[in-house]
Amino acid sequence: MDIKSLVKTLHPLERKIIPFLTFCKTFYDLVEKSMMKDVEVMRALQWLENKEVLKLSESSTQMVSLDENGEKYADEGLPEIRFLKAIKEEMDVNDVAKKAKIEKEEIGICIGTLKSKAAIQAEGKPLKVKVLPAGEKMVESESLEQKFIISLKTPKPFDELAPEEQFSLENLQKRKKIVKVDTIKTKSYELTELGKKLVKEKDLDVELLEQLTPEMLKNNSWKGKEFRSYDIKINVPKIAAGRRHFIREAIKYVKQIWLEMGFEEMEGNIVQSAFWDLDSLFVPQDHPAREMQDTFYLADGKNIAQAKLPEDIAKKVKEVHEDGSDTGSKGWQYKWSEDVAKEILLRTHTTVLSAHTISKLKESDLPKKYFKVGRVYRNEALDWKHLFEFNQVDGIVVGEEATFSHLLGFLKEFFGKMGYADVRIRPAHFPYTEPSAEIEVLNPVKNEWVELGGCGIFRPEVTKTLIGKEVPVLAWGFGLGRILLPYYNLSDLRDLYKNDLEVLRNIKCWLK
Amino acid sequence: MPTVTLNKKVFEKLVGKSLTIEELKEKIPMLGTDLESVDEKEIHVEIFPNRPDQLSEQGLARAFSSFIGVNKGLKEYKVESSGEKLIVEKSVKDVRPYTACAIVKGINFDDETIKEIIQIQEKLHITYGRKRKKAAIGVYPLEKIKFPITYFAEDPKKVTFQPLESKEELTGLQILSKHPTGRDYAHLLEGLTKFAFFKDADDNILSMPPIINSHDVGKISESTTDVFVECSGFDFVVLKKCLNMIVTALADMGGKIYSLELEYDAKEITPDLSPEVMKIDYDYVNKRLGTNISEKEINDCLEKMGYGVKDKNALVPAYRADILHPIDLVEDIAIAYGYETFTPIIPKISTVGKELEIEKFKDKVSDLLVGLGLLEVETFNLTSETNQNKMMLAEGKPIKLHNALNKEFNVLRYWVLPSLLEVLNTNLNREYPQNIFGIGTVFKSKDTDTGVLEQERLAVTLCSDDADYTKIKQVLDFLMRMIDVEYEIKEVENNSFISGRVGRVSVKGKDVAYIGEVNPEVLGNWALEMPVAAFELNLTELFEKL
Repeated sequence: MDIKSLVKTLHPLERKIIPFLTFCKTFYDLVEKSMMKDVEVMRALQWLENKEVLKLSESSTQMVSLDENGEKYADEGLPEIRFLKAIKEEMDVNDVAKKAKIEKEEIGICIGTLKSKAAIQAEGKPLKVKVLPAGEKMVESESLEQKFIISLKTPKPFDELAPEEQFSLENLQKRKKIVKVDTIKTKSYELTELGKKLVKEKDLDVELLEQLTPEMLKNNSWKGKEFRSYDIKINVPKIAAGRRHFIREAIKYVKQIWLEMGFEEMEGNIVQSAFWDLDSLFVPQDHPAREMQDTFYLADGKNIAQAKLPEDIAKKVKEVHEDGSDTGSKGWQYKWSEDVAKEILLRTHTTVLSAHTISKLKESDLPKKYFKVGRVYRNEALDWKHLFEFNQVDGIVVGEEATFSHLLGFLKEFFGKMGYADVRIRPAHFPYTEPSAEIEVLNPVKNEWVELGGCGIFRPEVTKTLIGKEVPVLAWGFGLGRILLPYYNLSDLRDLYKNDLEVLRNIKCWLK
Repeated sequence: MPTVTLNKKVFEKLVGKSLTIEELKEKIPMLGTDLESVDEKEIHVEIFPNRPDQLSEQGLARAFSSFIGVNKGLKEYKVESSGEKLIVEKSVKDVRPYTACAIVKGINFDDETIKEIIQIQEKLHITYGRKRKKAAIGVYPLEKIKFPITYFAEDPKKVTFQPLESKEELTGLQILSKHPTGRDYAHLLEGLTKFAFFKDADDNILSMPPIINSHDVGKISESTTDVFVECSGFDFVVLKKCLNMIVTALADMGGKIYSLELEYDAKEITPDLSPEVMKIDYDYVNKRLGTNISEKEINDCLEKMGYGVKDKNALVPAYRADILHPIDLVEDIAIAYGYETFTPIIPKISTVGKELEIEKFKDKVSDLLVGLGLLEVETFNLTSETNQNKMMLAEGKPIKLHNALNKEFNVLRYWVLPSLLEVLNTNLNREYPQNIFGIGTVFKSKDTDTGVLEQERLAVTLCSDDADYTKIKQVLDFLMRMIDVEYEIKEVENNSFISGRVGRVSVKGKDVAYIGEVNPEVLGNWALEMPVAAFELNLTELFEKL
């Protein structure tokens, strides 16, 4: 950049500081000489550094300066010298102190120092003092220490002390609050080649406009003038904006995929009876999923709370469990218990809503497609890959013509839109679907197959019982979290519900 | 799900083919099992709960061998009569009413095979046997037993024998407290005055099912060649299946199977290994799968899955416990056909998509709040009573869980505001202002089928050095104006808020929200050092009034 264009970019603060740059060395120099505020100088220097006019550096220096007492002695003189000067022939100590205006606590130091230099003689009780020849010499010439103290009215870097000053420093450091040595961080700068040219530039005072104001627009005062050029690469502070939670953004998209394919959203409760959550889906009553360590049950005092069952459907479900009823199945061949079915739980899967939904369908309603994204619950300890409350995505397709190949078609479409080009299925087992399959997708980042959930066709024992006819119902259900983790570069499911505001403010948005 | 560990060499011998690691990796998951890991020595496989017959090395190898086409079709097992009897006394009826038994002869037991049998037994106990509740299995050396055997129930204080792994004789009752296995399974016999036992013709006790065998007559050694096998439980069909799974595995080890006569009210002979016949509906198969597979190919698929095929009928192996309906044949055909060979199809059937109105409303409300610069948070519906009440100086009645593992999450929330204050509490070192909102489900007691009413609520909290009533009311007012609803606010007392700065908001006569400045004592409970102004709005009820 040539000097002329550089000058155009200069902020008023920069302009103000430039004349001082040649004869100052440090930040403190500049503050003192320019009469500007600390922050103003600092900002100007940083901007100038960005423009490659100078280079800032920081160094730490040991600075020697006067302490509380030192400042006093610099004006009044060291107490022992004043003491010495006050002695006339042989005098009582207290009289000397009074004459020299020396405070009581200082008297001891004065006598000690002067005696050690053989400047006085002190004898008797009460103590009397007398000046010796060495003392007379001291009165005549100003002591090194006194000189040093006076010079310290402007603090000095330790490294620049002369040998005799170092000697004085050592002596004075033994005494209370006369001198101190502090480590001070000094910001200094060095002009670059460009900077050296800039400071020689005479024409710094071009008139440039700063902020465009309504005033200027009204009276056209901006016309014919130039605006100061900005550093357009400058870093700006982050803006604090309102946002949806990132999971909500993703859920909105998931819902949109199903809605576009003609799926209706299902409704239904989180608190369900075991009957709807499990029995109606032909899960046998001794299935491990019902155990305490897997499912949350609701309390009624010390017992599990009990629900009311829909009598007609309950009768059909009982029959199909016991002997298959009219479904063509043998059933599970055990005695079905109404009490077990009545147990109230937190839904273990959103598939419970599919059971409710198909139980309300009439043959004339078909074909139908439904979906749900909702919370489900598992009684698990919280860790990076297990949550006790999480979102599940469920879907069903109900229709005479629905087939296993269609199931694959829908899943491939959905996962493709979620960013997974490769989907595959493997044989699996679920009590309510046959055929059943496990869905796996290829994680595009890690290039690994990841298990995401289950799918299949509802068993005739489920559909015939709930719909009244063996209509194929394609069904799938998978945890939402695991689908979303790679997109957000997360690996811990807990991070999805952590609500760290810093993350919520800054995480990238759902861009699919 | 249980895992089975297979010795690769033994497995290959049973399958009848040597297999590369690549082949195993590719084929095992496609059979309907989860491959955990495989190396040159061992194969670890997870078995799905519908295939307990694959819990033995023999069972899995049998399935795999036919799946890859080495030994296709129904594997037939001959059963000869042993001529022996087992008497079932009526006393067992209310205790553990059924047993199914068999004799297997001519097995060369060594250390490995003994271990293998114990493994099969244990895995079946845990899974198909539902931890011995539904079925318990006993295997005994035949040479120590004198027939007929009697299955009977008796006062456990009156029956004494030396159980396995015990140095002394104990009564049936003592076993439950003194023997480790007895302690583990004592709950299965809770409340019973009589326990079930097996004894032989010399009155030697064989075992006390489902707990433990006798040390004398119930322990297999390397010198054993012939065994007596029994399964006991509550459902004869289940027990017969269970027995079939074991005896076929023993037969695959080289044994010969013999049946026994069981004297119930009517006579029964077990085991019965004749296949069950199920008609193959070829159209049904193709209709469900969306394929056009020929009859011949379908038959071939069934044979690959270990079925026999005769006159358009499938012969279902007697050890399969999971074939309840023709749809179960369809799945096995699909597995043999290969899940990877199906073509994904999106059917051209039109249906109309529809989003729930309340969900659309929730979205709209959220978008409006985002426009005001608020940040949405996602909180759990599960929380603790302390968070809901004590921290808030509130006294509501949250719905409690019966069996929550974690005490910090053992109730369902009845309001959302505490969840938001908890979020503020975990963000003390983050930049202010912290203006957030969250929509969540709340749960209240109500006369419904489950006794619970669920509603959707919105909570908004403004947290900054200048958060006050005016600012929070501006948010509520904006929201109400945007959805074109008139509202009223009246004075109210609510401990969670500052007295005189809290209001009850109603729409068309229905109370729908609380609004106010949060009580400094509540803020202190949450360690918040910034004022918070908040409202909580019942979206379900507001939506009904729109």
